[in-house]
Amino acid sequence: MSDHEYTPKSKVGKWFNDRLPLLTLANHLTEYPTPKNLNYWWTFGGILTFCLITQIVTGLVLAMHYIAHADMAFDSVEHIMRDVNYGWLIRYIHANGASMFFLAVYIHIFRSLFYGSYKAPREIIWIIGIIIYLLMMAAAFMGYVLPWGQMSFWGATVITNLFSAIPLIGEGIVTWLWGGYSVDNPTLTRFFTLHYLIPFLILGLVVLHIWALHVPGNNNPVGIDIKKPSKDTVPFHPYIVIKDGFALLMFMIVFAFFVFYTPNILGHADNYIEANPLVTPAHIVPEWYLLPFYAILRSVPDKLLGVVAMLSAILILAALPWLDTSKIRSAVFRPLYRQFYWILVADVLILGYVGAMPAEGLYLLIARIATAYYFLHFLVILPVLGFKEKTLPIPLSITEPILGGSPNLAAAKKKES
Amino acid sequence: MAEKKTNRRDFLFTATYAVGAVGVGATVWPMIDQMNPDASVKALASTEVDVSSVSPGKTITVLWRGKPVFIRRRTNEEIAEAKAVKMEDLKHPEKDEDRAKNPEWLVMLGVCTHLGCVPLDQKGDYNGWFCPCHGSHYDTSGRIRKGPAPTNMEIPKYEFVDANTIKIG
Repeated sequence: MSDHEYTPKSKVGKWFNDRLPLLTLANHLTEYPTPKNLNYWWTFGGILTFCLITQIVTGLVLAMHYIAHADMAFDSVEHIMRDVNYGWLIRYIHANGASMFFLAVYIHIFRSLFYGSYKAPREIIWIIGIIIYLLMMAAAFMGYVLPWGQMSFWGATVITNLFSAIPLIGEGIVTWLWGGYSVDNPTLTRFFTLHYLIPFLILGLVVLHIWALHVPGNNNPVGIDIKKPSKDTVPFHPYIVIKDGFALLMFMIVFAFFVFYTPNILGHADNYIEANPLVTPAHIVPEWYLLPFYAILRSVPDKLLGVVAMLSAILILAALPWLDTSKIRSAVFRPLYRQFYWILVADVLILGYVGAMPAEGLYLLIARIATAYYFLHFLVILPVLGFKEKTLPIPLSITEPILGGSPNLAAAKKKES
Repeated sequence: MAEKKTNRRDFLFTATYAVGAVGVGATVWPMIDQMNPDASVKALASTEVDVSSVSPGKTITVLWRGKPVFIRRRTNEEIAEAKAVKMEDLKHPEKDEDRAKNPEWLVMLGVCTHLGCVPLDQKGDYNGWFCPCHGSHYDTSGRIRKGPAPTNMEIPKYEFVDANTIKIG
């Protein structure tokens, strides 16, 4: 990297930096050359970091008041809501924060899909991202179990039972996960432990994610390789810091709207009823961010194949850098891919919608078609498109399209005058 | 000479790896097995239920090992319906006689074999049970007839201690 020769100005700083090069790291992070054409879709990395920190801080505070026991968990959550000073605020931030986290991560993922950010040389960044996404789902699911309401209990039952679809050892695995013969106190205590652990695993992976990002540098809307540092880059600080900060403020307005005006709209009323192992709520649905995968699970009439389809739908993303055979990264220069991209977006939204509806009649039919199309997109359309598509000519630099078709700055200046 | 030394070193490496693997395995196993049902959970293995107050056409639900158990006193029509079903119509063929030793009493785990929800009594297309979670239909013998569940609802180990008492487990 370009900044390895950095030396601190002060004597103390130099003394310290020779022993632990933290100042070199800080300098790298501020000077880090960033493509100057990054748009607001690139601000969600910073927003996601904010979401993670928010969840960790509010989670730590909630853990000081929460009691992980089947007989007391439900009451302790109500205690937080009614008795603990600002407990309602902290819990609503944490509960809605999970939704905001997923909102941001979906925008972040679809940004990568549009601009081809998963392609060489950024495959490792992408795969670490998918692992983070999987851990987020695990953390969100286990966190939803902790209030020990009806949705907590039956959500835990349904999701852990997915493992019973594994032939021969499935039942043994489910009993092992439960620590009993049904979801009960041992399940709650271990879920609490893991829910506490996972955010710190995610934090570690975020460091690797950013580290892997800083090796090739950011992709950009034009999707071409750029020299760095060069006329095509700006230092991370202050340019990107300010832009990220402004986007974060906008995001926090949305976040605050949910927390203060409709804190329960993304939850289910059934979860304010204490867990009852004898009664299943009439309509079980997961949280909104898991609905597309839930729709895929239900669209397959066979138990094992349904679970396989659901897991494949997530894991197929990890193979994306090799399924997409096109050399061109950005959809801006891929007229056909651009259309298929928006069809995929619509397909995932449709899956999310039917996932929230009862699995019968027309809804089931739509879910099946949408599921089939989801896999068709990744397994057939993307690999074929790379060979068939006639792509548009890509510019030689970020500056070129702005300065009217010439990469030569002098020529461009002449044209202006 | 040199070759002999290498062999001795190879043996030591292999022996060290083998002992190390056994050591790691022996250390990891307690960490895994601690998550299995503990002694206090296993101790709650059986439960006795008084069924004298259950009239024909009624179901009671009792909790056994944290799971609901349906005890249904079936009507004659239900028994006849369950017995009339042809084996080839069943996804998981089981005779009604094998599921309810005493045809009047059907004792089974009230747990849908799809993903573990509790099915609703007297609902669905086969007058038996219907699971609201993902739409599995069970007949009057608790056998899967339609929907994603792979098998019939499970029959736990149970016995009549006397005419009015069922011991489950």
